[in-house]
Amino acid sequence: MTRVLMKGAEAVGEAAIKAGCRHFFGYPITPQNEIPEYMSRRLPQVGGTYVQGESEVASINMLFGCAGAGVRVMTSSSSPGISLMQEGISYIAGAELPVVVINMVRGGPGLGGIQPAQSDYFQATRGGGHGDYYTMVLAPSTVQEAVELVMDAFDLADKYRNPVLVLGDGIIGQMMEPVEFPEREPALVDKPWATTGCKGREPNIVKSLLLDPYELEEHNRKLQQKYERMKREDVRVETVDLDGAEVVLCAYGTTSRVCRTAMERLREKGVKVGLVRPITLFPFPEKTIQSLDPKKVKFILTVEMSLGQMVQDVKLYTEGRIPVHFFGRTGGVVPTPQEVVREVLKRLGKEVEK
Amino acid sequence: MSVPVEVIFKRPEALRDRPTHYCPGCPHGIAHRLVAEALDDLGLRERAVGVAPVGCSVLAYNYFNCDFQEAAHGRAPALATGIKRGRPDTIVFTYQGDGDLASIGMAEIIHAANRGEKITVVFINNAIYGMTGGQMAPTTLVGQKTTTSPYGRDPEQIGWPIRMAELLSTLVAPVYVTRQALYTPQLVRKARKALHTAFRLQAEGKGFTFVELLSSCPTGWGMTPVEALEWGKEKMMAYFPLGEFKKPEAEEGGKK
Repeated sequence: MTRVLMKGAEAVGEAAIKAGCRHFFGYPITPQNEIPEYMSRRLPQVGGTYVQGESEVASINMLFGCAGAGVRVMTSSSSPGISLMQEGISYIAGAELPVVVINMVRGGPGLGGIQPAQSDYFQATRGGGHGDYYTMVLAPSTVQEAVELVMDAFDLADKYRNPVLVLGDGIIGQMMEPVEFPEREPALVDKPWATTGCKGREPNIVKSLLLDPYELEEHNRKLQQKYERMKREDVRVETVDLDGAEVVLCAYGTTSRVCRTAMERLREKGVKVGLVRPITLFPFPEKTIQSLDPKKVKFILTVEMSLGQMVQDVKLYTEGRIPVHFFGRTGGVVPTPQEVVREVLKRLGKEVEK
Repeated sequence: MSVPVEVIFKRPEALRDRPTHYCPGCPHGIAHRLVAEALDDLGLRERAVGVAPVGCSVLAYNYFNCDFQEAAHGRAPALATGIKRGRPDTIVFTYQGDGDLASIGMAEIIHAANRGEKITVVFINNAIYGMTGGQMAPTTLVGQKTTTSPYGRDPEQIGWPIRMAELLSTLVAPVYVTRQALYTPQLVRKARKALHTAFRLQAEGKGFTFVELLSSCPTGWGMTPVEALEWGKEKMMAYFPLGEFKKPEAEEGGKK
């Protein structure tokens, strides 16, 4: 294994190829264009296919068709484009197809801006489109982790026959960091349900339409069992210094890096501070939050590049036992470690330096 | 004593032995059969993947005896693109109505055609939204009354019916673009031939093929099945001329 210096977006593309993905459909949008550009260059070199769709709506439906044919497939976009894809993601979840969708989140609502944000948390973790469904959501905080999570995303999509979202932001996509690509064979699985032509078997039908209400209810219950299984088997979370922590920061992706720097400064000031970093946003690491000790933890501070989205989950799973505070910047503004430090000190009633 | 029996007419293998939900007198059954016959004749059933639309033929996957996917409204050509690019050995066709293809799915059909996707699109044009209860379609004729054009389609208000075959034939990539009709046995035979040509060209890897079939909707048009066929022949064929708008040079009648 060799370490190479790579831009996040290109590392994401190469990780997909290493995971056996040979088909990419997408539509340009800032700040993630380096992913389709990389795929358009690399896929023909490895016998793959890159198609620039006429829109995000078309692209996600190309994913439906391709995944329905039993082929590993990916798209990438950014917030406004992901909104357009929600129709297709709902159909894909309904039809139980494995696809990987990268969202390099930018500021919203509407056209918003092109700077990094985390304001698509609600959309990502609550299904996003119509209907009673969830997508798995993976949130890398480094380029190395983005590589590993993109590779895992394909295996998880196949494991659950469900869309898997990788939620990054412009910082993850644009920054260059040294990465190592794990040497591992893609865990390809049989897909006997795929539409490959019915030679030697009964025809396969890939669809999300179930007109009988009892049948549709049964289908939804089956989907829910899948989401429960995700919660049992595939929650990922990193915790730092929770033992003895009086203050616990909770942050994912880019803001978790800001929090790490803030933690160093807080320790210098004698504050016992820990961190919960959800890696899977759905399934959310609810047990980690539930296991925090109200006798020791004075409060949890959730830090986000939004005006408060993940904080609702943190509140939900603390069940009122521990005060939960929020600090966030939004619209493409990244919170600084100093801001986080000041917020913690202020909440502790300590003197805040100007 | 056994009586010698010769089978002179039977269900194509590519159709299932199953009653359809279509209204009495609806030509979807004819169109399904013609597609199935083309798949049978060319030996393509076991390689075929159909894509069903949203509309009356949303349940087409219950009637065809081959692999199928069911698309969101208008997105069938995008699904077909994904299937064909993922599995180039399959024979991929969409089966779409006028609301699905010429309204909400306009971007998908034009760009699939423009990319020259090696698929076959079967476009059923009956100038109305049947499934939702007879609303105006992008192909509804001028003056035609529907539940959302109760005074008749007014081109000043809502524009003119879209001629899809002509529109797509302006693109460079499509290899075969034709409009046929299902109003008389003679026309049905021509439509059968057109579908056969389209699927054969796809199997030969030639490119994008498009077969528009003028159809009728007795329920939505408020006519008996026979009246509807006559109205179609008189009115629909007057505005939507039949013909082969694009054909490879090597084909009989193909333009140089």
